[in-house]
Amino acid sequence: MTQTRPITDALAAAERLVITVRRDPASIVMVLAAPAVLVLIFGYIFGAAIQLPGSAAGSADYREFLIPGLLVTMAFNIIPSMVSIARDTDRGIVDRFRSLPISRSAIPAGQAIATSLYAMVGFVVMMLCGLAVGWRIRDGAIRALAALALLVLFQFAMTWVGMYLGQLLGKEEAAGQASILVLPLGMVSNVFVPTTGMPGWLRLIADWNPISAASAAVRNLFGNPGAPTNGAWPLEHPVTATLIWIAVILAVFAPLCTARYARTGR
Amino acid sequence: MNVIETTGLTRSFGPVHALRGLDLQVAAGTICALLGPNGAGKTTAIRILATLCRPDDGRAEICGFDVASQPLQVRRRIGLAGQHAAVDDNLTGQDNLFILGLMHHLGRRGARARASELLERFALTEAANRPVKTWSGGMRRRLDLIASLVVDPPVLFLDEPTTGLDLRSRTEIWSTARELASQGSTVLLTTQYLDEADALADEVVIIDAGRTVAEGSPQQLKDRIGTRVDVVVAGPADLPTAASVLARWATAEPSIDSDTRRVSAAVPAGALTLPELVRHLDNAGVPVVDAGIRRPTLDEVFLRLTTGPTVKDAA
Repeated sequence: MTQTRPITDALAAAERLVITVRRDPASIVMVLAAPAVLVLIFGYIFGAAIQLPGSAAGSADYREFLIPGLLVTMAFNIIPSMVSIARDTDRGIVDRFRSLPISRSAIPAGQAIATSLYAMVGFVVMMLCGLAVGWRIRDGAIRALAALALLVLFQFAMTWVGMYLGQLLGKEEAAGQASILVLPLGMVSNVFVPTTGMPGWLRLIADWNPISAASAAVRNLFGNPGAPTNGAWPLEHPVTATLIWIAVILAVFAPLCTARYARTGR
Repeated sequence: MNVIETTGLTRSFGPVHALRGLDLQVAAGTICALLGPNGAGKTTAIRILATLCRPDDGRAEICGFDVASQPLQVRRRIGLAGQHAAVDDNLTGQDNLFILGLMHHLGRRGARARASELLERFALTEAANRPVKTWSGGMRRRLDLIASLVVDPPVLFLDEPTTGLDLRSRTEIWSTARELASQGSTVLLTTQYLDEADALADEVVIIDAGRTVAEGSPQQLKDRIGTRVDVVVAGPADLPTAASVLARWATAEPSIDSDTRRVSAAVPAGALTLPELVRHLDNAGVPVVDAGIRRPTLDEVFLRLTTGPTVKDAA
């Protein structure tokens, strides 16, 4: 009884998320509705005016280009994990957990795992929406599963970022306000449009944005049309680049987040 | 045996000295109240004892385990209920306790049974399956308190458990705290309210600016602080006479407020009764409009304890 049981503790943290989702039917509706709204706005409103190289504006090609980008945008969305941990910190729930005889690092780990697995529901709904508007899996089931796995890993890495930032902000309102900054980060990428037309300095940022690499990788694995790479290394080797990004993000933010959670400071 | 023991506990946050050498001993099975104003260092003391914060200097032990070097042993023996209701609003009461049960390694069935048992014992069964956000403030605070009891810890920290609650909820929290202590738990509670310390604690430690300024049983402290007499007279001309009557018992010069025609004085506890007071004023020919003897407010206690040298001598 002198040792903690990290697996049990992580499962308890995961269970908390499962119960939270079950108690909040509105959040389930959001998870189901958000993909349809995103496809409508970007596929048909903005998409109507966006022309990919070699195809007509408003064609199904754009929607096929868009769906992988939207999947990555969803995986990149750190707002829920940021807001929920900021809320727990503010309300003293983190302090309560920290005063328990449990492995302190297990709690964020359990939360990250549960968040990533739950995100799969959103990915599947988005893929169904995609199928309805002309997006297709063109390179077989194995590569499609690889794409899904990559999305889950990307989500897992980003969840640690969200949980670290949420702890730094420490207040639900602050986390909510900071989330406005997350959207532009997703826009400076090849998610919605190819980076080719951007001014040079912005294109450099967009080409090296992990979201761009991930979008290119997912397009590649699903066999969907990609964007010109401009010779940027991450876009030339999107799967490798995405895996490197995931490893780097995890290597930086998982220890930071865990240390912050476990620290005996304030 | 002392279950909680600190020596020379010191902690600063930048330029703010939250604790400046706090010494504290709490005997097993007793309720000790840490009484002090905002910023006195109460919460910092609790956070150090609950292993949420490290002291800069000094030692703290819970059941003989050092909070800095054996935090896990300490965490096995403590329960913490904070200033806020640290419960998840979106979940039901049952869910909240269930998750804590899982974290305490009770297993799914064990955790569920323990949650139901606690909710029933503290009369929250009816609300158990409603999201906590629909509960009243008092109920939430009670759930927070119960949440620290999932494994019946021998030591319980209650950090301002009733701040901001209405009278009825306070009474409910008080009876819960009493019940816990009666079952052998040692309770360390912080409060800003003298009446709360009075109602609950076996031992009161008054702290101010990170140091102990007085300690003793509530009765001992009250006796030391004395009571306060207020007299309102009919006209301004009666004020000096009333003051001279009060001066017979007062421990300091009675104060006169001519706007409200009130004379106030601090007198030793039990020095005089209300009928005696009125009789003496009447004999001196003072027309009394209102008169009262009341216990001091916490502000007065502090004023006396931090500035009155006679009190320090008595200690």
